[in-house]
Amino acid sequence: MANLSPVKQPMLLLNAEMRAETFEEVALGYSETEAVKEAERCLHCKNMPCVSGCPVSIQIPDFIKMITENNYEGAYQKIAEASALPAVCGRVCPQERQCEKNCVRGIKGEAVAIGRLERFVADYHNNHAVDHRKPVPSNGHKVAVIGSGPSGLTCAGELRRMGYDVTVFEALHIAGGVLVYGIPEFRLPKRTVQKEIDGLLKMGVKIETNTVIGKTFTINELMNEQGFDAVFVGSGAGLPKFMKIPGENLRGVYSANEFLTRINLMKAYQADSSTPIMHPGKTIVVGGGNVAMDAARCARRLGSHVTVVYRRTKNELPARKEEVEHAVEEGIEFSFLTNPVKINGDENSSAVSVTCQKMELSEADASGRARPVPVPHSDFDIEADVVIMALGTSPNPLIKSTTEGLETQKWGGIVADETGATSIPGVFAGGDAVTGAATVILAMGAGKTAAKAIDEYIKSK
Amino acid sequence: MFEIKSKKCLNPTVTMMDIYAPNVAKKAKPGQFIILRVDSTGERIPLTIAGRDIDDGTVKIIFQIAGRTTFSLNQLNEGDFISDFVGPLGNPTKLDGFKKVCIVGGGVGCAIALPVAQQLYKNGCEVHSIIGFRNKDLVILEDEFKSVSSKLTLMTDDGSAGRKGVVTQPLKEAIDQGESYDEVIAIGPLVMMKFVAATTKPYNIKTTVSMNPIMIDGTGMCGGCRLTVGGETKFACVDGPDFDGFEVDFDEAMKRGSMYKDFERHAYDEQCNLFKKEVK
Repeated sequence: MANLSPVKQPMLLLNAEMRAETFEEVALGYSETEAVKEAERCLHCKNMPCVSGCPVSIQIPDFIKMITENNYEGAYQKIAEASALPAVCGRVCPQERQCEKNCVRGIKGEAVAIGRLERFVADYHNNHAVDHRKPVPSNGHKVAVIGSGPSGLTCAGELRRMGYDVTVFEALHIAGGVLVYGIPEFRLPKRTVQKEIDGLLKMGVKIETNTVIGKTFTINELMNEQGFDAVFVGSGAGLPKFMKIPGENLRGVYSANEFLTRINLMKAYQADSSTPIMHPGKTIVVGGGNVAMDAARCARRLGSHVTVVYRRTKNELPARKEEVEHAVEEGIEFSFLTNPVKINGDENSSAVSVTCQKMELSEADASGRARPVPVPHSDFDIEADVVIMALGTSPNPLIKSTTEGLETQKWGGIVADETGATSIPGVFAGGDAVTGAATVILAMGAGKTAAKAIDEYIKSK
Repeated sequence: MFEIKSKKCLNPTVTMMDIYAPNVAKKAKPGQFIILRVDSTGERIPLTIAGRDIDDGTVKIIFQIAGRTTFSLNQLNEGDFISDFVGPLGNPTKLDGFKKVCIVGGGVGCAIALPVAQQLYKNGCEVHSIIGFRNKDLVILEDEFKSVSSKLTLMTDDGSAGRKGVVTQPLKEAIDQGESYDEVIAIGPLVMMKFVAATTKPYNIKTTVSMNPIMIDGTGMCGGCRLTVGGETKFACVDGPDFDGFEVDFDEAMKRGSMYKDFERHAYDEQCNLFKKEVK
């Protein structure tokens, strides 16, 4: 008998006041009872609209059914058939725009909490199951994967499963890419990421950290000197954008990437970390995406008063609704229809305030969103000793500038067809390096597709 | 993990190490840098490469003990390991096609200037070197510079070795006496590079400076190393570290460089005190 409740089974959250002081995970996950109750809301539609909304086509009704039968490990295996990182996706996927958007229960109430159920299953597995995975024997073909973010890890896992001898090259000292340097601990605990990576290592995937492709080795060397049959480029979109307004190089002005990297990767908030970070009194975060929310919530946890400045309105915020809600609960303020024009500094060149102008919405632009235009003579100042620019990122130029013959878009993205094939035979690409900044799950989808194409490419050689 | 193959104190505050990192050694060129982390809670710091030995697979670094990280690095000895060492990063210094170049090195910057001077010498270029230090106890690499320079001028602030004064004095004299340099390459403290550029500007002699700002990843990801060059924002890690000395906003770079001074000072004092306790 289906659970007819029109709303999702609520998930326990860490108390909002406590959150301002800790980087502990905010969303605490379902208990078994809660998970089963939520799973019973699924109507098991024959045409499975949810599955068509999933970039990696997880058989959603199947795994949900297994939850109702208390077969959590079975549910995990069902998800694992399609996704390499269930514990990660259950936490950071924008389900409301994908699987849950298509859920029939969503028409007259709330969609089934597919994301929360995925997370429950993955956490249950990580806490209970013994990983019996053994490396499959090598088929003798070597594939190099550049970057250990979501697309690279997925591609590596898929290829290893097929028997390829896979080496992942990572520029930083820890594997995980944006999952470790970008997304904060309170949204995605690093032990969860590490667990997924440990799983890959157990399968026999090799990971070489401290290796910058384009510098330490070039793609050409990997293929012609080191014997790799194919290369997958999943180097992400790491180059931060700035506004090009006066005062952007003052002390106290960070890119969101730098601020988040200091906190997430280098653990600058912990006493034993040697990496410094400014502890702001007042912070302004410029931007309205998930990265802006992450930066704002990190600054809050460092003890700062935080204002998010966004040039459109609440309705246009690109961030996930849940992230915005959490930010508001934690006391973060929003100044909508506001655009910075200048950052002001004191005699030491430290930021003290941001001069902003009021905006109003005009007709829609190319992106389909209402275009913000400045209101004349509306300048005003907001105090801030730290200003964080969360305006998006563009693809890293290192691969492009060191790989002859690799075609790229004007804005830096690598040109790749729907299978991930680039202009160089044997070189494939996917994730943000191709699309520009997007989501974890889309990058995973691209990694998976490319793995299939790499397999076909090597077999046809 | 990366092994320290040899360690040598060049002066009381400057140490030289050869680190076993064959992949980096194979690729390293003058002007490029590495990023290292001493241990698992360590900070990532950039250091310009001071030399390499492809056969031994080692990369030479020379560092001034200035903060928490360089202090703990200096505590390690031959046979010890550091947890991370990545590179070579940044673009190599352009050294082809020059007939006569003046190298100006200041303090520990001389360590980075040396491989540049050596490569120029190898290329058949006439090298004049001007190296400056605070006093005679801090002089490093004098002999090494001598062997690749047709003219070497040693300067100290107090005159305890070489000539008394700053590096821009002999530079200006040489230019005034009619030395025609294709390029001046200045590597040292920001204030020194600023004044070298100010000295050569009236003569319009191409002047290249090597910037070493705060950075984390060294691959363009964090933007912490940004500088204003010719009115535009540049990232030292991927656009540099060498820039046109006439175009760099040195005052801004100095301000940005001191962003964490208080933190550094505090951490350094804390560590020194801790160390004092340990040796008691």
